[in-house]
Amino acid sequence: MKLAGTITAGDVTALDAGNLLPDEAGHFGVYGGRYVAETLMPAIIELDEAYRSICSKANFQAQLARLLKDYAGRPTPLFRAARLTESLGGATIYLKREDLAHTGAHKINNTLGQALLAKFMGKTKVIAETGAGQHGVATATAAALFGMECKVFMGREDIARQAPNVQRMKLLGAEVVQVDSGTGTLKDAMNEALRYWVGSVRDTFYIIGSVAGPHPYPEMVRDFQRVIGDEAREQIFEAEGSLPSMLIACVGGGSNAMGLFYPFLNLPVEMVGVEAAGHGIDTGKHAVTLGAGSVGVLHGSKSYVLQDEFGQIKEAHSVSAGLDYPGVGPEHAWLKDKGRVRYESIKDKQALRAFQMLCSMEGIIPALESSHAVAQAMIEAVRRPPTDIIIVNLSGRGDKDLGIVSEYL
Amino acid sequence: MSRIAEVFRNLRQNGKKALVGFVTAGDPSIPESIEIIKQMCRSGLDVLELGVPFSDPTADGPVIQRSSGRAIQAGVTMAGVLGMVEQIREFSAVPIVLFSYYNPILAYGAEEFYRDSVRAGADGVLVVDLPPEESDELTGQWGADLDFIRLVAPTTPVQRMAKIAARATGFIYMVSMTGVTGSGGLDVSAIERVAADLKESCNGLPICIGFGISTPEQVARLCPIADGVVIGSAFERIIESCPAGGEAAAKVGELVFSMKKAMAAYV
Repeated sequence: MKLAGTITAGDVTALDAGNLLPDEAGHFGVYGGRYVAETLMPAIIELDEAYRSICSKANFQAQLARLLKDYAGRPTPLFRAARLTESLGGATIYLKREDLAHTGAHKINNTLGQALLAKFMGKTKVIAETGAGQHGVATATAAALFGMECKVFMGREDIARQAPNVQRMKLLGAEVVQVDSGTGTLKDAMNEALRYWVGSVRDTFYIIGSVAGPHPYPEMVRDFQRVIGDEAREQIFEAEGSLPSMLIACVGGGSNAMGLFYPFLNLPVEMVGVEAAGHGIDTGKHAVTLGAGSVGVLHGSKSYVLQDEFGQIKEAHSVSAGLDYPGVGPEHAWLKDKGRVRYESIKDKQALRAFQMLCSMEGIIPALESSHAVAQAMIEAVRRPPTDIIIVNLSGRGDKDLGIVSEYL
Repeated sequence: MSRIAEVFRNLRQNGKKALVGFVTAGDPSIPESIEIIKQMCRSGLDVLELGVPFSDPTADGPVIQRSSGRAIQAGVTMAGVLGMVEQIREFSAVPIVLFSYYNPILAYGAEEFYRDSVRAGADGVLVVDLPPEESDELTGQWGADLDFIRLVAPTTPVQRMAKIAARATGFIYMVSMTGVTGSGGLDVSAIERVAADLKESCNGLPICIGFGISTPEQVARLCPIADGVVIGSAFERIIESCPAGGEAAAKVGELVFSMKKAMAAYV
């Protein structure tokens, strides 16, 4: 049994601490960077400078810490899923309950951070893209809290399948802008948010919801999300007196996974990122960017993308709107190539089964996104002894998904 | 001297300005697109910007998004675009700038792209989403046979303008407004201010202004400010509105002609 204080440099398995940060231009190895039109470059450089000078200040950190505690309800619990564990007869499964954070998902950690940064920078308008609507709701919430004007770009298809979140955003005072281009999903929402930002960059702060986009977003969003992993580390030591054996999180763009993984990267802990396999990789209807994509540039950074041989971006597919994205954060691409994180995929059907399991066995309705991580945990747990500990990031709650789930079940 | 540099030198010597025309390659089909370009050249086009279609054009407004979509639908690939350059070379010596997002070039291969576009007869390339900070990875192994056109925006600080200009060849593409292509609301006095700063930093490299310019009157007003004016969405609107064969070519040609006339009258 190891205690928190006894972790030494000798525990570093795959990465050196010095390797964990991107270079000054935001490259994680060959990934990341800034691939945007010149109109946005000055704004991104300004954001990078502001992020570095403001976010490390005690005043900023104190305000953010207070918001996370009193407003977002952190720390979120780490819950031992006893019945699920027993039914599988394998490793002990813990759930990091991000579904219990204000607005029902981990997204609030990041939007409070970015909106507070926007406030420090003197910006009064914010925009965001959203897929499942969780990031849109979290952005609208932070905007209401700070008295900022808020526009959320959301694909036509996602507006249809995530109606409750659309209503929430409107109640919170945000304008929801329907995006009809492309497939009307997250990718197209991000395209449109970038286009709008090109035209409004002088007074508007773009709150990107994932560890994607041009530098400094992947690094900044990860830093605002690492609170998940920092808490989980303390909580598991408290509960078990040891590190977990494994961390599991779903990966669309990858923010909840980076948030959980990052504080453990230098520790001997296995990590599994779970992509959405939709109808199955062989059907072509999936969102397995790391597992079945190739290197490309989308939405401002270089990473793995789903594309054809000519560099045209392909449609992704997943039953969960939040994972329905043909790109992935550049840090995940780097961790994949380094072999530090193993990336697996779970089909729609498996995720729906895991969704039902968690509902009936633990009394928790998970988001369909998080259900992918739960499904992977069920596979991993049965291969391991009860002394092994798996932490699953339950990144969001599933109330928003009841309409879709009732169609399938 | 590159073909692009030569065109601008000749224009300057005669006190004239360049009309730079953008069309998406292969919209609505490769043969029709070639016909349209032929008419543009006949009508006095000075520089052709040939757009490489991309599925996610984040710097473009709805008009060019749709044109890009039509070209992809018609099966246009990078190889198809380069094939078009070869065809154009059979009837015109107009300088050709390939206007692309980075991903289709990345998929084609940096060195292959340079080799094949020079071989096809292209003169320059402009990669919208590849700022100077990232462009070495593309151009690192390139020779000097392809001009690299760089963008300056109204948001670009003066110091950065100089850095961009120092690495640009051919001409500088000055974005007229903070917005995507095809937007409205051209502010000529704001353009004048940016152009004045840019002239200080660009060591005599020609400056062409683009985004949101659609009428001969606007072209005439911008002539005194720069060395050239870029028109894109206005042509694509015509192409979109006449899907039936030969009509588009004639109409686009007419617009080129009336713009050239407006420029000649003003200069």
